[in-house]
Amino acid sequence: MTMETPLARVRGLGAAGEGAGHWWQERVTSVSTLLLLIWLGVALLRLPDLGHPTLAEWLTSPLAAVPMLLLVVSAFWHARLGLRVVVEDYVHEEGSKLFWLLLIDFAAIFGAALGLFAVLKVALAAGAA
Amino acid sequence: MHRNPDRPLSPHLTIWRWGPHMLVSILHRVTGAGLALVGGAALVWWLLALAGGPEAYAGFTGWATHWTGIAVAVGLTWALFQHGLSGLRHFVMDAGAGFELSTNKFWATMTILGAALLTALVWAYILFGRGA
Repeated sequence: MTMETPLARVRGLGAAGEGAGHWWQERVTSVSTLLLLIWLGVALLRLPDLGHPTLAEWLTSPLAAVPMLLLVVSAFWHARLGLRVVVEDYVHEEGSKLFWLLLIDFAAIFGAALGLFAVLKVALAAGAA
Repeated sequence: MHRNPDRPLSPHLTIWRWGPHMLVSILHRVTGAGLALVGGAALVWWLLALAGGPEAYAGFTGWATHWTGIAVAVGLTWALFQHGLSGLRHFVMDAGAGFELSTNKFWATMTILGAALLTALVWAYILFGRGA
């Protein structure tokens, strides 16, 4: 037998089934994505041109490659969290909700992995300075 | 969805008059979804093209400088500023401030005007400032 009131048992169980952790991660990744996007904008403005040789050379620098890797992780994590909320709000049938949430997870991880691989390939290219 | 049809739906969405705060609320979600899908794809495409070598990169810049690419990029820029500014507004509201009706409406309107202005400034610079 439990001493919990019915209200206490369901408190916090919205469409997502949990709350504060997701909410906080969304705030943290929004700040990190914003800062990294400002960095990217300023960094691209400081380059003499945006041609392939210039960008490829630029990405071999740790201080360019590492923020770019972080941007990919931060942006895709934030995108995943945001899209989850949209599905949790509008898809009410449990089966299709599960399907869309899985699809978002897989797509976000795949997109982030592609981005990370591409950055590392340029950054670690043979013969790069 | 298990809902008891005998119980009323709350809040009654149809009784509210539309205002800038409601527009910004739904724009935040729409621009967020757009940035996640189109922006995420564009970022990965750009990085993969960069990793693919000069020829692959030329393929990317060919699309990016085509008018369709520029239209998408302008849309993404606006979405980024709209989502970013209303995200900053959310931080203020998370702190419990800015809920007075006039303040709330004012800053909601400001995010819309600010996003349009910043988008115009960025693209004026890209298209005319650099001579690119």
